[in-house]
Amino acid sequence: MTQSSSKFLISVCVMVALVALPFFADMLGQPALTSLATRVLIYGIAAASLNFVLGFGGMVSFGHAAFFGVGGYVVGILYQHYASGEPLFGFLPGTNQLLVTLPAAVLISGAVAAVIGALSLRTSGVQFIMITLAFAQMLFFFFVSLKAYGGDDGLIIRRANEVPGLNMRDKQTIYYVCLVAAIVFFALLSKLVNSRFGYVIAGLRQSEQRMAAIGLSAYRYKLVAFVISGMGAGLAGALMANFMRFASPDMLHWTKSGELMVMVILGGVGTVFGPLIGAGTFIVLESLLASWTENWQLGLGLILLFVVLYTQGGVQALLERVFGRRS
Amino acid sequence: MSTPILKVENLQKRFGGLTATDDVSLTVTAGEIHALIGPNGAGKTTLISQLFGELAHDAGSIALNGQKIDALSTPDRVARGLARTFQITCLLPDYTALQNVSIACQVHRGHSFHFMTDAHGNSELKEEAQSYLERVGLSDRGGALVANLAHGERKQLELAIALATRPRLLLLDEPMAGLGHVETQQMVALLRSLKGQFSMLLVEHDMDAVFALADRISVLVYGRIIATGSAEEIRRNADVKTAYLGEGDELC
Repeated sequence: MTQSSSKFLISVCVMVALVALPFFADMLGQPALTSLATRVLIYGIAAASLNFVLGFGGMVSFGHAAFFGVGGYVVGILYQHYASGEPLFGFLPGTNQLLVTLPAAVLISGAVAAVIGALSLRTSGVQFIMITLAFAQMLFFFFVSLKAYGGDDGLIIRRANEVPGLNMRDKQTIYYVCLVAAIVFFALLSKLVNSRFGYVIAGLRQSEQRMAAIGLSAYRYKLVAFVISGMGAGLAGALMANFMRFASPDMLHWTKSGELMVMVILGGVGTVFGPLIGAGTFIVLESLLASWTENWQLGLGLILLFVVLYTQGGVQALLERVFGRRS
Repeated sequence: MSTPILKVENLQKRFGGLTATDDVSLTVTAGEIHALIGPNGAGKTTLISQLFGELAHDAGSIALNGQKIDALSTPDRVARGLARTFQITCLLPDYTALQNVSIACQVHRGHSFHFMTDAHGNSELKEEAQSYLERVGLSDRGGALVANLAHGERKQLELAIALATRPRLLLLDEPMAGLGHVETQQMVALLRSLKGQFSMLLVEHDMDAVFALADRISVLVYGRIIATGSAEEIRRNADVKTAYLGEGDELC
């Protein structure tokens, strides 16, 4: 079997499994599985977005929770104004329509990423890590002190956003909405990494000096990549707010940025689907280990050590080696 | 006389107390190979980096084709027709030789804000890149990852990438460094085949290569140009002999 046809077969199998998952979950009497899978999809989108700058572009952002949180708060704030009937800033009506809130969340987190990126990308290396972290912490404390929208306690969204024709109170429906979002997202992402833009972004990771020497001004390209990445994280945050029916400063906490990074490393840095696999591994391990012991982070830490030291490229590389797809 | 391709006037660069480039003036005329020689630590690479905009100079001016380029960034200078090769090769290690060249072709064609156009399948870019590989004698190594290329092949690839930016002036920083005898001969032949089509500023330690290729030679010692002239003039110059050629064991 050729590599491309086996790849195709694997993706068909994965798709069928993902579509059938809620039925199996119900059949097995484990409806919680569907919720678990929804979280995997959402975090997979967020981690893959981070991986676009981190793994492909070589920009180690330690503040991606900021965009995730902003996406969540856009949904939360728009819902609160919808529920109270008071327009936002005195003129913008609130809404509970998913087809409006999702694009709004994507655009606003992209705008926030543009501001943070424009300033952070003047640095690189360790300074870049610290400055992205600092910006994310600033936004975290901003939302903590934003009393009008719940402050520390966060913002409860009584009902998930509506989509015409769908019953969004059903967890299975939300799962399918997230699945569609994930499919569209990953299809666009795989196009993007193979595009001319993706080509120069990966070139910048390998040598900025070389890219300058062939006539490429790095800054604009890195900034646009950062904005795209922030938009993806914002999409994930908006989906998460709908799924949890809750947006809180926790979504922006620096530990969340760390979790996203762990997912990327677990799954495979610089691959399209690695972060999704990483998100799955992280969340499954988290629930398994947490059911055994309170100190589940210890077990997770050990596993992460193993992955970093021995798999040479995360779980995805491990799977590829086990199933012999790479000679 | 027509405007020189490159005109450097009174260029200065200091690193603290060290004057790395001391009042350097030189010109490269169209089609000429101008060699820059000098002992180790003379400031040759520092000079190239300033010409290419990777290092800012403290005083003096650089003009490319009659236009001042002092304030321009490296990418802008590349757009005006400047290209350089690196002494310590600077390539994209995860890409193949062909991809290293085709990305240069892609950048030369304009901006790369194409988010959905497939870069790797573009046959036009590939063919163009392949033609540059052929020119430097790497036509059958296009599919090899840079990590798997031999040192000499990397030097050739550096040149192919520089050519892909369609330069007027090539700044060649020791293209023969680390090459074996046969490879050096090939590189000399290759540079000779490019002579006339491109102007070159050639920094090189290999004296045979320099004397074989250069139309004019400048000698840089402690950041200063102490002599400029034809190969014969440089050979006879007394200052050069004491400062450079005279110190027998420091010849390379």
